[in-house]
Amino acid sequence: MFEIRIHSRGGQGGVTASRLVALAAIHDGKHATACVFYSPQRRGAPVISFVRIDDSPVRIYSHIQNPDLVAILDKGLMETVDVFQKLKKGGKIFINSSEGKIFPGFSSIHADLTQIAHREHLVVAGYLILNTPLLGAFARMCVVSLDSARKAIREMFPDPRNIRAAEAAYGEISP
Amino acid sequence: MKTIATGNKAVAEAVQQARPAVIAAYPITPQTAIIEQIAEAVSSGTLNSRFISVESEHSAMAACIGASLTGVRTFTATSSQGLLYMHEMTNWAAGSRLPIVMANVNRAVAPGWNIWADHTDSLQERDTGWLQVYAGSVQEAYDSVLMAFPIAEHEDVLLPVMVNLDGFALSHIFQPLETVEIGDFIAPLYLPHAIDTRDPAGYGVLTGPESYFKFRWDIERSMRDSVNVIQSVQEDFSRRFGRSYGFTEDYLCSDAEVVVMAIGTLGKEAEIAVDLLRAEGIKAGSMRLRWLRPFPELNLAGREVVVIDRSYSFGFGGVLATSVRSRINREVYSVIAGLGGQEVSYEDIAGFVRRRCIGREDWFGMNGHV
Repeated sequence: MFEIRIHSRGGQGGVTASRLVALAAIHDGKHATACVFYSPQRRGAPVISFVRIDDSPVRIYSHIQNPDLVAILDKGLMETVDVFQKLKKGGKIFINSSEGKIFPGFSSIHADLTQIAHREHLVVAGYLILNTPLLGAFARMCVVSLDSARKAIREMFPDPRNIRAAEAAYGEISP
Repeated sequence: MKTIATGNKAVAEAVQQARPAVIAAYPITPQTAIIEQIAEAVSSGTLNSRFISVESEHSAMAACIGASLTGVRTFTATSSQGLLYMHEMTNWAAGSRLPIVMANVNRAVAPGWNIWADHTDSLQERDTGWLQVYAGSVQEAYDSVLMAFPIAEHEDVLLPVMVNLDGFALSHIFQPLETVEIGDFIAPLYLPHAIDTRDPAGYGVLTGPESYFKFRWDIERSMRDSVNVIQSVQEDFSRRFGRSYGFTEDYLCSDAEVVVMAIGTLGKEAEIAVDLLRAEGIKAGSMRLRWLRPFPELNLAGREVVVIDRSYSFGFGGVLATSVRSRINREVYSVIAGLGGQEVSYEDIAGFVRRRCIGREDWFGMNGHV
């Protein structure tokens, strides 16, 4: 089983990102679930969402304890939230940032999703939407295939800017 | 068709396929998405039903009762405080022998104000004469709503059915969902005591001590008869659509020495705990209760039983633990866990089994217990 924890702020699309990843994984022929810890949701407040991907049906409902991958959509969260809590040894880190940072014991990857969303005018209610570019980054990290990522985005968000943003993120990360 | 959906969406999909003539409802977290989706389908014309927006859950059930009495299919959805507010009318629905189907998204009862999963709301409706089924996955929520209509509407039953799903844990999780073409799986409703202006009759009139008990017995007789109806509807569903359901979902029970019993998502998560325990050499099994009313026979001879309750009857014990104990005439290990959405993982459940103490009750997380 591959377990992902996504840290975001309310309004950035982190919850929808978890659903997109799960849908793309299902298109890859896998089983997947996506869930969120629901609390009074406010724009700007820290939000945690979870994705589980497996070869057989997922029967777990509790929160992910030891993720294989942690994605951080707002690096400011790293100052207030223990984003790497119980991340597996050798686990992956994705940070939405223009600069890379090394975390010993983990492999970390970065891309400037905010810049990509800005370029593609992916804005809802004044917030840049980072979920579709994040899916592109996940495709580059082989969490899901690029084809399935495209298919999932087309199903949930037919506007072509979303696909372009995902492909841009895919292209920005060196394999 | 294969898709991905939340528990709420799965329920709304199934309701749209069952095509109730009347839906009356009031929004409440975490159920609101069910009603929103159905209301949208009605307003866009994809669902040819009457949607009655009411000012309270009490009125939602009253409207369903009035509509159902005319012999048409009805549906509502609620949760927690809403279900409790409906309580007078839930009794009325069952006593009037109306096959109303309701989805209840299980949520804790206030105070303290809490919107997360807990079974106290539906268990306080246990003795009203409603059949109660609890889903353990998004797929099962969808399938259970489809099956609820033919069960409720069967001439041997004619009692309302409540389909329960855990708040957020199931109502808001995204899981794969395979929808079906239902064809003639749900037969047209025939209500023998429907209101008929050509044959006027009185309803809800004073019923004296000489006859009231007969109506109560009649509910119990139908409740007992519903066992065969549930079985045959579940078999018919399996034949048509390939997914099989029982009164319980048993996982590795046949050679188990200890069995975990739970309801809803905790019962599903218990299967992972069983896998862990088996790897350690503990012969464990999981029995997830689907139908709480009618309460099924339990094949637990010769096994120790660990019961997880996500609710409590103050002054006595866990409702499920009490029921199981009385069914098997033996003590169990009772764990009270998951109240108000308390996080309970498969590791925790495996821990309950490892440290079981038959005859004792422990509250998970309290005073170093469990």
